[in-house]
Amino acid sequence: MNARRLFLLLLSALALAAIPWIADGLLGITWVRILSFAALYVLLALGLNITVGYAGLLDLGYIAFFAVGAYTYALLSSPQFGLHWPLWAALPLAAGAAGLFGLLLGTPLLRLRGDYLAIVTLGFGEITRIFINNLNSPVNITNGPQGVNQIDPLRIGGIDFSQALHVGGLEVPAAYMPCLLFIALAAAVAWASTRLEASRIGRAWQAIREDPLAAAACGIDLRRYKLLAFALGASAGGLAGGLFAGFQGFISPESFSLTESIMILCMIVLGGMGHVPGVIVGALILATLPEALRALGPLQQTLLGHVWVDPADLRMLVFGLALVAMMLIRPAGLWPKGAGR
Amino acid sequence: MRPLLSATGLGKRFGGLQALDDVGLEVSAGHIHGLIGPNGAGKTTLFNVLTGLYQADSGTVQLDGAVIGGLEPHRVVAAGLSRTFQNIRLFAGTSVLDNVLVGAHLRGKEGLLGALFPSPALRREQARLRDHALALLDYVGVGRHASRLAGELSYGDQRRVEIARALAAEPKLLALDEPAAGMNPAETDTLRELLERIRGDGTTLLLIEHDVKLVMGLCDRVTVLDFGRRIADGVPEVVRNDPRVVEAYLGSPASNGAGAGPAEAQRGSSPTSPGVAT
Repeated sequence: MNARRLFLLLLSALALAAIPWIADGLLGITWVRILSFAALYVLLALGLNITVGYAGLLDLGYIAFFAVGAYTYALLSSPQFGLHWPLWAALPLAAGAAGLFGLLLGTPLLRLRGDYLAIVTLGFGEITRIFINNLNSPVNITNGPQGVNQIDPLRIGGIDFSQALHVGGLEVPAAYMPCLLFIALAAAVAWASTRLEASRIGRAWQAIREDPLAAAACGIDLRRYKLLAFALGASAGGLAGGLFAGFQGFISPESFSLTESIMILCMIVLGGMGHVPGVIVGALILATLPEALRALGPLQQTLLGHVWVDPADLRMLVFGLALVAMMLIRPAGLWPKGAGR
Repeated sequence: MRPLLSATGLGKRFGGLQALDDVGLEVSAGHIHGLIGPNGAGKTTLFNVLTGLYQADSGTVQLDGAVIGGLEPHRVVAAGLSRTFQNIRLFAGTSVLDNVLVGAHLRGKEGLLGALFPSPALRREQARLRDHALALLDYVGVGRHASRLAGELSYGDQRRVEIARALAAEPKLLALDEPAAGMNPAETDTLRELLERIRGDGTTLLLIEHDVKLVMGLCDRVTVLDFGRRIADGVPEVVRNDPRVVEAYLGSPASNGAGAGPAEAQRGSSPTSPGVAT
């Protein structure tokens, strides 16, 4: 039994590790980069799924945690303050800072539910972005709208995730490295999510989501479990933010707009709220869809002899249609919980 | 003997309505204690105050010597008082077994770290809680539905699951808000057996019930509320013949002026009125 589990674990690890090679082989090297971003979105969606999907706390300002994580990493590992903390210290701190921010933000929200919670979190998300945008005077902390650049690449021990790596006779190209790191971390968060979901904590969250009053009457401390959901979701966002900063080498407040919060929420709604495999599928689809639709430009050229609709516009059109169709055909998501029952 | 639950001087006002007015309640350990009264008498308000869902304006509540008045709901459960709701509040989209496991929340210790990397002791604890929850479902008679969604069950079975969920917290006092509501006579009979069995196994029961026959046949003591006041308290035989109780249920033409008309009409529709008169 245990040997079989170990074998399956190794097999899935190998399958995940093969993703960049397969993507590169089938679709080209740009898709490795696209998949790296997609893996970051999977991380974000899994984090938001804890807050929204498990505990039922509708958070429309989730991107703020991503921003806090990104800026924490950036300020600790860039020439901005001349700090160059190693990844193993800066990345956990990015996740921790975002988690702490989640606690701070969650505390005044404990009494709010549903629409009210959504509106206030939306406000918090925007406030965070505007705050970061203006935090360049009187003391320059975030460098304002110019953003922070020359952020240290992701590097741990002797492994630099922006350089090619030679393991034995195998060369792992530089472009594959961040992709592999992000896939590994996304897999770890997915694993932790499923463990949490089936645990005492997960049951408490589900109880709160379905009926807070009855949950309290079962002995569940609402305050504590709501804050835990906020903090855990936020730290996953912060982790993704730190990785994003190290991967891009440059961040600015523009990356943390409301549309991003909405997009991540769409991912978990599209996939199936509260269901880890569904959330992953939703994130992958929405993160890669824009890139896949780029092909519509050349397609129009060959079929119609002229690009009638700019692919960038078409993307939003298809996205909108897809969401409307989803709500009509599969309101619970593409792969909701219990679909196989 | 010191009562298990003792509440004194409880008051609760909603705007212009005095829902509870200097209400006292003593429940002895090992008893089935009935709480009756016409519609709007304040029974559920009293339950909500006792279980921490409402904050009382005045008064004290003690459970087994510990003050529980003013505590938050989850702390009341931790102190040993669990409840069910008048309009069933199960987690409908959750399995019946998980409903009961949520009820056992305070019996487990598994935290964040334990959820991710359970120690053998935690694994054993979770397995034990699971077995206990299944046993409880058998105990209340819905064991065969353990893996179904709670919302799919029949009304009577949902009430039983709710009792199992409350029992999972291993309370000293189990407070049931109209457990027989909506049940047919056969279901009520099995419910009566269940409640007697729970009492026999060492849990004290406090019971709001409209089925007066059930209350009179089952309860060791009965407290009667009317307009937020305690108007009678004692063994069923005495309470049922108390003139104030009869008056509360049927109204007293002699003492009521014209203004009492609507109130009487409302009470007339209450399912409690027949039965007490006999």
